[in-house]
Amino acid sequence: MVLLCFLLTAGVMFAEEQAQTVPPATAVTQVAAPAAVPAPLKIDTGDTAWMIVATALVMLMSIPGLALFYGGLAKRKDALNTMAMTFVTFCIASLLWVIYGYTFTFGTDIGGIIGGAEKLMLGGVGPNSISDLAKTIPEYIFIMYQLTFAAITVALASGAYIERMKFSAWVLFSILWMTVVYLPVAHWVWGGGFLAKLGALDFAGGTVVHVNAGIAALVGALVLGKRREKALLPGNLTLVVTGSGLLWFGWFGFNAGSALAANGLAGAAFINTNTAAAVAAIAWMVVEWMHSGKPTVLGLASGAVGGLVAITPAAGFVNITGAIIIGIAAGVIPFFAVAKLKPMLGYDDTLDAFGIHGIGGTIGAVLTGVFADPSINEAGKGLLYGNPGQLWTQLIAVGATILYSGIMTFVIFMIIKAVVGIRVEPEDEVMGLDDSQHGEKAYNL
Amino acid sequence: MKKIEAIIKPFKLDEVKDALNSMGIQGMTVTEVKGFGRQKGHVELYRGAEYDIAFIPKVKMEIVVSDDMTEKVVSKILEKAKTGKIGDGKIFVSSLEEIIRIRTGEKGETAI
Repeated sequence: MVLLCFLLTAGVMFAEEQAQTVPPATAVTQVAAPAAVPAPLKIDTGDTAWMIVATALVMLMSIPGLALFYGGLAKRKDALNTMAMTFVTFCIASLLWVIYGYTFTFGTDIGGIIGGAEKLMLGGVGPNSISDLAKTIPEYIFIMYQLTFAAITVALASGAYIERMKFSAWVLFSILWMTVVYLPVAHWVWGGGFLAKLGALDFAGGTVVHVNAGIAALVGALVLGKRREKALLPGNLTLVVTGSGLLWFGWFGFNAGSALAANGLAGAAFINTNTAAAVAAIAWMVVEWMHSGKPTVLGLASGAVGGLVAITPAAGFVNITGAIIIGIAAGVIPFFAVAKLKPMLGYDDTLDAFGIHGIGGTIGAVLTGVFADPSINEAGKGLLYGNPGQLWTQLIAVGATILYSGIMTFVIFMIIKAVVGIRVEPEDEVMGLDDSQHGEKAYNL
Repeated sequence: MKKIEAIIKPFKLDEVKDALNSMGIQGMTVTEVKGFGRQKGHVELYRGAEYDIAFIPKVKMEIVVSDDMTEKVVSKILEKAKTGKIGDGKIFVSSLEEIIRIRTGEKGETAI
């Protein structure tokens, strides 16, 4: 912790020194035309130190953050299986990313759709390599940072599938969905694909991560069908609180790290992230208190996560007023999505991965087009600052992601259904997936 | 008055409960239990090591009924809890001396 504080302080000081000379990096696109004589790229030790920390923070969001958050919410007999889903996905994504994920996302753009294959097995990347998308840090760290995003995006969808999906089906889903859905969508927005060229703003992954995973969650939940025991019976809510705290903590790496440098933009993203999470937790609490009579602890945790989701695309574009309004929206709207929309439509999204990530991500992506303040980041100018076109671009980006992710998730589920099947037997579901899938129990009491 | 104790496979609980409910039984008590029958449990492997599972998880249902309902309830449980495989469980029927509803003090069949 002391080391972490030291690194953060050092990074901020370093950023101040070079604030005049280096324009803030953006995680959006390379909008600026390349200079006639490209300046030689040089690794900055302050940026590098921060990005190593940020990468480790985002890893912490998956295991244990998300694993605890989801695992604690699962029934006592399904807790371990739920955690295993995030665990195995992180491992699978780690391997696939270095083999082909990185190059298909960040390789030379092919028709705005996918990256080229020139960096298969990280070919040509060495300790001195620097990516054009992160000009002051070693490419290895950029690759590792982006890897953690791919992993958590896939893992997020599991929240809608738990308590009834075969573990083998989930393993297959992780491989297929990351390959066929995550890589292209990440390329569209961050790797110079068509949404980047269109000028879509997505600072840290509102569309790429949250809308994308949220839609996969909804479609998967519909294909899987309802669980036999539909009640949400959290096995251990203290784990949920711990997990949401770790998610919040790790999210500083997710959002402030998306500046890809230790600079003022990272600072803006940092403070916006914390503000939106806190405001959304309060907003959820107030709405739930008034609507259902009691402020649940799960509501506080869900609100905070909803706020973190919604501020993700906006973190490096909006000012503090924007962050507060996004926080309020992210506490109120997902609450009604979870409390009203879900029972009305009847889909069984076990842990509300769609209600929180799909809806929260959409809110954030759309509101980024409203509140993007050019005095925070010159790359983004929203509706309130005289650029109504941005809102339209944001809607296109969200729409394209929903459409693509929705259709491809359905296709992937049909393939898995044909190969290994997607649902466990009724007997295995009632026995619990810990025992039936893994031959273990989370708790031996 | 009879007390019916049925020890069944856990995943059959919902099916049996719904069937008995639709027959009009008044209530039941359910407990998660462990035990063994003629198979005496089984052996499992974990991290490469073998170990004995002496007790298999089951669900015990306790249902109190009037004498004329007994046969119907028992045959319904038999029908719904049966998979035909080892470990389907057992049903015990015993006579009951007295039932008292705590709230009102009612006794006998009216208290079922």
